[in-house]
Amino acid sequence: MNVYTPVLVLAAIGAGFALFSIISGAIAGPSRYNRALLDAYECGIDPTERKAAGKIPIKYFLTAMLFIIFDIEIVFLYPWAVAFDQLGLFGLVEMIVFILTVFVAYMYVWRRGGLEWD
Amino acid sequence: MMGLPAATQGLFPVPQLEYQNLAPVLIVLVAALLGVLVEAFLPRAARFRAQLVVSFGGLLIALAALFFAGNTDGVIAEGAIAWDGPARFLQGLILVLSVVAFLLFTDRKIDPGRDAFAPRVSAIPGSAEEQSLTEKLVQQTEVYPLALFSVSGMLLFPAANDLLMMFVALEVLSLPLYLLAGMARRRRLLSQEAALKYFLLGAYSSAFFLFGSAMIYGYANSLRFSEIAAATASQSASEGLLLVGIGLISVGLLFKIGAAPFHEWTPDVYQGAPTVITAFMAATTKVAAFGALVRIFYVAFGPVREQWLPLISVISALTMLVGVIFALTQREMKRMLAYSSIAHAGFLLTGVVALSQKGVSAILFYLVAYGFATIGAFGIVTLVRDGAGEASDLSAWAGLGKRSPGVAALFSLFLLSMAGIPLTAGFPAKFAVFSAASASGASWLVIVGVIASAIAGFFYVRVIVLMFFTDPQDDNTTVAIPSLATAISLAVCAGVTIVLGVLPQIGLEVADRASLFIR
Repeated sequence: MNVYTPVLVLAAIGAGFALFSIISGAIAGPSRYNRALLDAYECGIDPTERKAAGKIPIKYFLTAMLFIIFDIEIVFLYPWAVAFDQLGLFGLVEMIVFILTVFVAYMYVWRRGGLEWD
Repeated sequence: MMGLPAATQGLFPVPQLEYQNLAPVLIVLVAALLGVLVEAFLPRAARFRAQLVVSFGGLLIALAALFFAGNTDGVIAEGAIAWDGPARFLQGLILVLSVVAFLLFTDRKIDPGRDAFAPRVSAIPGSAEEQSLTEKLVQQTEVYPLALFSVSGMLLFPAANDLLMMFVALEVLSLPLYLLAGMARRRRLLSQEAALKYFLLGAYSSAFFLFGSAMIYGYANSLRFSEIAAATASQSASEGLLLVGIGLISVGLLFKIGAAPFHEWTPDVYQGAPTVITAFMAATTKVAAFGALVRIFYVAFGPVREQWLPLISVISALTMLVGVIFALTQREMKRMLAYSSIAHAGFLLTGVVALSQKGVSAILFYLVAYGFATIGAFGIVTLVRDGAGEASDLSAWAGLGKRSPGVAALFSLFLLSMAGIPLTAGFPAKFAVFSAASASGASWLVIVGVIASAIAGFFYVRVIVLMFFTDPQDDNTTVAIPSLATAISLAVCAGVTIVLGVLPQIGLEVADRASLFIR
């Protein structure tokens, strides 16, 4: 059980700090309320009137998904780059197979117009 | 603490992969990738044909590869995958069931010129965009690669021999299914609701599975099933981690098979998904998930059976009773079949409780009987239609036997098999799981099972009475003429149901020979 003691201590310190901050802020801080402070965003901009069911351009989402595809590809290339001399031809072939597989997804996005912004 | 070796030489050995045994999974994956390329590069008019060639070609070549992959049991892919009787049997069953279900996907004759899938899934239901796509008879064919990806995960799921491989297989099989559930052309909102519910609850249960795997790793210091079993046999300390791990993993797997109290998604998803997709996933997902469940409980958690047997027995009884009692009250055909599939999960769990080789062979046989009867029954549901699409309400089925005796007789056959009436495949299947359970001393569970079967018999027979001995209430109901593919699919399902009912020895012997897990 003693291996968990540091974790518990750290959790207690974290919770204690959060409690201390909230309570000390409430006691010591000035409490002057005005309209701006009670708004959803303190910067003063009103939340949009649009309902949640409204349309949001899908382009941002597609770009983010495409980014994830290549991000994962790079993440996967790193360990191979570290050990490519040990894995030899096997590693090279497997990596080519992997990159080809990722390119299938890329080609799908490209052909289906996912890269066109307008 | 594990220290890193000083020398890095040989730290990353080249893994040994048995491509011959992995071929069925890899072939289906390659077919799925080809399907994506077809979607990307071929003009819309040519896609349908190409997808048919790719998917049926892929599935059949994978089946042939499985046939020639050899029967030597062993642990392959550096211990991550088991190559044994149950794995081969279930992979073959999943491939055959997929072919039969894919035949249903192709039907464009029931609703002339259109198939069961939405022309553009992202179009807002009821919008002008959707209207114009429907009028122009636009069809999308993305369902084929998606379903193939799902099949590849299903092939891997019952063969996975460690928790990580099992999780990857679980996700590969689930993610495409979440999308497929939302693709119904009719009743778009219901379909989207089904997809969202399935996705949220499925992701939730995956998290349970993953958390349980972490607990088990903390206990056994390994994710490999054989090493988990060895750890449970040797050490008695810190059993808390093991029990929490078994509990969490059970939740994840029991969700996938739709066992009570984790069954709530089943009726909504089965009802909302396109009926052909429901046929596909009700049959194949249950086969794959039961394979994985049985393997993990027999191989990894076998030595600590006294810890989980009571729990799984109670869940089995609960699932049977919840399934049949809720099925009694349903007014909707697809929901009734969904609750019936929940009840079948309960019957199958009695085979898990048996915890013997006989239990495994009974489960394998039961899955064959259940799979074909399910695809057949949902296939018939696609045929019976009213003005708005499929006639979902039970009252629309009244008097069907007078108008189309053939279709009604076929549906009755599948229902009788699900009820477990002799001379259909359901009878030897139910008999096998119950006798395996009773041989292992779970007599009270068998009694509950027999009572549940009697209640189940009532609502199956009620539909048959409705079809043959009741006058039709309205004349809106029509029975569509199916395409050749659907007809073949239904004929195969009916054939298997009758042959295994009349000559169960054929199936039971094969299942017996395939019932030994490698450890």
